[in-house]
Amino acid sequence: MSSTEEFDVTIPSDTAKGREVQEQIVGGMESRGYSPRDVFGVRLALEEALVNAIKHGNKMDPDKVVNVKWEIDEEHVRVVIEDQGDGFLVKDVPDPTDEENLDKPGGRGIMLMRSFMSVVEYNESGNRLTLEKRTDDPDDDD
Amino acid sequence: MSAGHRRLDIEESGDVTIAKFVDKKILDEGNIQIIGNQLFSLVEDDARTKIILDFSNVEYLSSAALGKLITMDKKVKAAKGKLRLCTVRPDIYEVFAITKLNKLFDMRDNLEQALEGM
Repeated sequence: MSSTEEFDVTIPSDTAKGREVQEQIVGGMESRGYSPRDVFGVRLALEEALVNAIKHGNKMDPDKVVNVKWEIDEEHVRVVIEDQGDGFLVKDVPDPTDEENLDKPGGRGIMLMRSFMSVVEYNESGNRLTLEKRTDDPDDDD
Repeated sequence: MSAGHRRLDIEESGDVTIAKFVDKKILDEGNIQIIGNQLFSLVEDDARTKIILDFSNVEYLSSAALGKLITMDKKVKAAKGKLRLCTVRPDIYEVFAITKLNKLFDMRDNLEQALEGM
């Protein structure tokens, strides 16, 4: 049986600090034998999520922080990222794959998270995101 | 980070410019900014119109990097040039496919194929 480890880290609105947390989480996956594909997907999703929280959520405000909690074992990794911004409505984010948006430079982060993770959930106000990757995720091969 | 630090290896093959990404991870905001500026400069300052972007070193890239590639594609098209992407590894290709950018970009398996008919 695998034991679940839990972590709780609060970082300033600095993407370099976000990347350090990302490395910690991904390192935990690698040491538990997650597949390179799972590691790739989670790293990408964390990159998008942390940059969103720091840039769009906290608007790089040095007085605001991002809290990252995660739990990990051999079967799943679950990450909750909460910023101190005003949040947003997920439904207001335009579909980047619509013909008229295809050549617009932004708006692809959430879509990539949804594709690579088993669970992507925002709270109602849009400032707290839960990401989960399960190793038995049946969507893995699409 | 020095703004002048090269993030692209540039080679010429006839009138075609091959720009190879140096980095394995195209994630850092500052780095993406520099890469974007170096890419745009190929069209805007050097007036190059046939450009191949070689991804063989690239293991990760974020949506911010995709944004720069889209802007680059627009600039090349505006200059009536050709932009091709090549040697994109399967994980990264999936990122293009999910976002349907594989339809926007002309993507080739390897450099030889990218040079063909350029």
